[in-house]
Amino acid sequence: MPQFFRKFLVLLALLAAAGAHAQLSIEITGAGANRIPVAIANFAGDSAAAQVVASTVRSDLERSGLFKLIDPAGATLDENAPVNFADWKGRGADALAAGSVSRGPDGRMQARFRLYDTQKQVALGGAVYVTGPEQLRAAGHRIADYIYEKLTGEKGFFSTRIAYVVKSGGQFKLQIADADGQNAATALSSTDPIISPVWSPDGTKVAYVSFEKKKPVIYVHSLASGQRQVVANFKGSNSAPAWSPDGRKLAIVLSKDGNSQIYSVNADGSGVQRLSQSAGIDTEPRYSPDGSAIYFTSDRGGSPQVYRMGANGGDAQRVTFEGSYNVSPRPSPDGKTLAFISRRDGRFQLAVMDLASKQVQILTDSVKDESPSFAPNGRMILIATEIGGRGVLTAVSSDGRIKQRLSVAGGDVREPAWGPFNP
Amino acid sequence: MTKLLIPALLSALIVGCSSTPVDETSGAPVESRNGSSGVASVTAGGLDSRGLPRELTDPKSQLSQRSIYFDLDKYDVKPEYQDLVAAHAKYLVTNRGFKVLIQGNTDERGSREYNLSLGQKRADAVKRSLVMLGAKEEQVESVSLGEEKPKNPGHDDAAWAENRRADILYRAPDGRGEF
Repeated sequence: MPQFFRKFLVLLALLAAAGAHAQLSIEITGAGANRIPVAIANFAGDSAAAQVVASTVRSDLERSGLFKLIDPAGATLDENAPVNFADWKGRGADALAAGSVSRGPDGRMQARFRLYDTQKQVALGGAVYVTGPEQLRAAGHRIADYIYEKLTGEKGFFSTRIAYVVKSGGQFKLQIADADGQNAATALSSTDPIISPVWSPDGTKVAYVSFEKKKPVIYVHSLASGQRQVVANFKGSNSAPAWSPDGRKLAIVLSKDGNSQIYSVNADGSGVQRLSQSAGIDTEPRYSPDGSAIYFTSDRGGSPQVYRMGANGGDAQRVTFEGSYNVSPRPSPDGKTLAFISRRDGRFQLAVMDLASKQVQILTDSVKDESPSFAPNGRMILIATEIGGRGVLTAVSSDGRIKQRLSVAGGDVREPAWGPFNP
Repeated sequence: MTKLLIPALLSALIVGCSSTPVDETSGAPVESRNGSSGVASVTAGGLDSRGLPRELTDPKSQLSQRSIYFDLDKYDVKPEYQDLVAAHAKYLVTNRGFKVLIQGNTDERGSREYNLSLGQKRADAVKRSLVMLGAKEEQVESVSLGEEKPKNPGHDDAAWAENRRADILYRAPDGRGEF
């Protein structure tokens, strides 16, 4: 795969601005074949704030691998300034964004911008985003989302958040960060392992498995308040939570009746119902996006493979057939693709299956991929992998062409989960 | 898990108890310490520092062997561990007040959640053998730690083999013990 994309490497000097040790640094390798050339002019107004916003927009677009950033050559343009389309077209930009950032009468910052098509010489639209002075990057993410959607036809994911676990010096931290790895905040610290975080569909809560009671127990954690609720603490193991698309239930795995089997439970911990019936291991449930089916891992056929059953249980059909170890199924947001981890010659690699044709494609050449998680627009898949014996996160485009690595200095990063679109 | 027995420490304690009153803060040579010192503290009555009979912790006793190892992707108790499992079952039959916790573990490769289930299967397999040999269901709990608590932090075949394991932890009727 690496031979057919042009290889380049962009190191974003984000760490310098960030300081905190748990911030992720990002490295991009590979790029889409047909990147859209776009110029982001320097924004006018409060120069420090304008620089934060414009550079956030630029790095978001660059990081997606779908855009080629054209150097604005020092040009500062606000959203109402006249645009010399021929000039920007001459520099190679098919699209141009101009804008300004100013402090409003209430002390909040107003980021305005307008996006132009330099070929058709028209404005494609614009907006104003108002944020607190410390949240300027959020405004930049919103502008990048707007540009991404206008130019690709798909919703952008720059304003979304990710969850992941950092292991460092015997401490486990569940962290919540912006999709670019910035603004990391610790939701939970523990001396015991934390695994399998999953976002509620509304993005306000994360369910996960914590070993703090010396065995795996499932919690639902409200991010704003820090309030935690035990959802399942039965005899044996309680693990692998997955939210139903309406957020009312979780599919979970319990060993209370013997083998690990799949159950459903209301989000408050009531109403436990058994869904799967097998003599082997059934685990890693995930609802299909329409809520009608559950994909899961089972060794009922002699080796761990992906199966699919109705959301209320019943007969299961085998989905994966190639190889002796296919686990961690994650349906894409449009329900057409399945991401999973496949063992090939002892290497654990991210694979995707087109569910209509059953065609399987291996997307990485790594050794120890784990825990895939789709971006809410389905364009990227976040995985945990290992480089030099250390856990890192990698975001891979769903066609395998673009890869971004996110790593934390001095820590092992694992168990990523990409959150939903912001409301 | 295995503890060295230091008879000198035991006799020091007995001497301390039988002689003139000792100021407890004056640094009597008795302390509870686990970890790297390699010194297990022992109290009179044949109990170790965690309140377990020495029969369970004395390295010379078969019952101090608490680990059962598994093959890759497998959860059947191999024939070479049948004797050991039988010895633990016999102890539980003759000591009905004692309980055990079986912790199943896996190596670091593959899915964390699948490994959690695999570790549970390993713990369950040991539990099933113990119960078949006469231990009561309520004496034995099986849980999984999956790949989360590797005994050997390495990334090679030897480390992986050591981590594909179920451990037996004991608890005495008075609630003292290893879990």
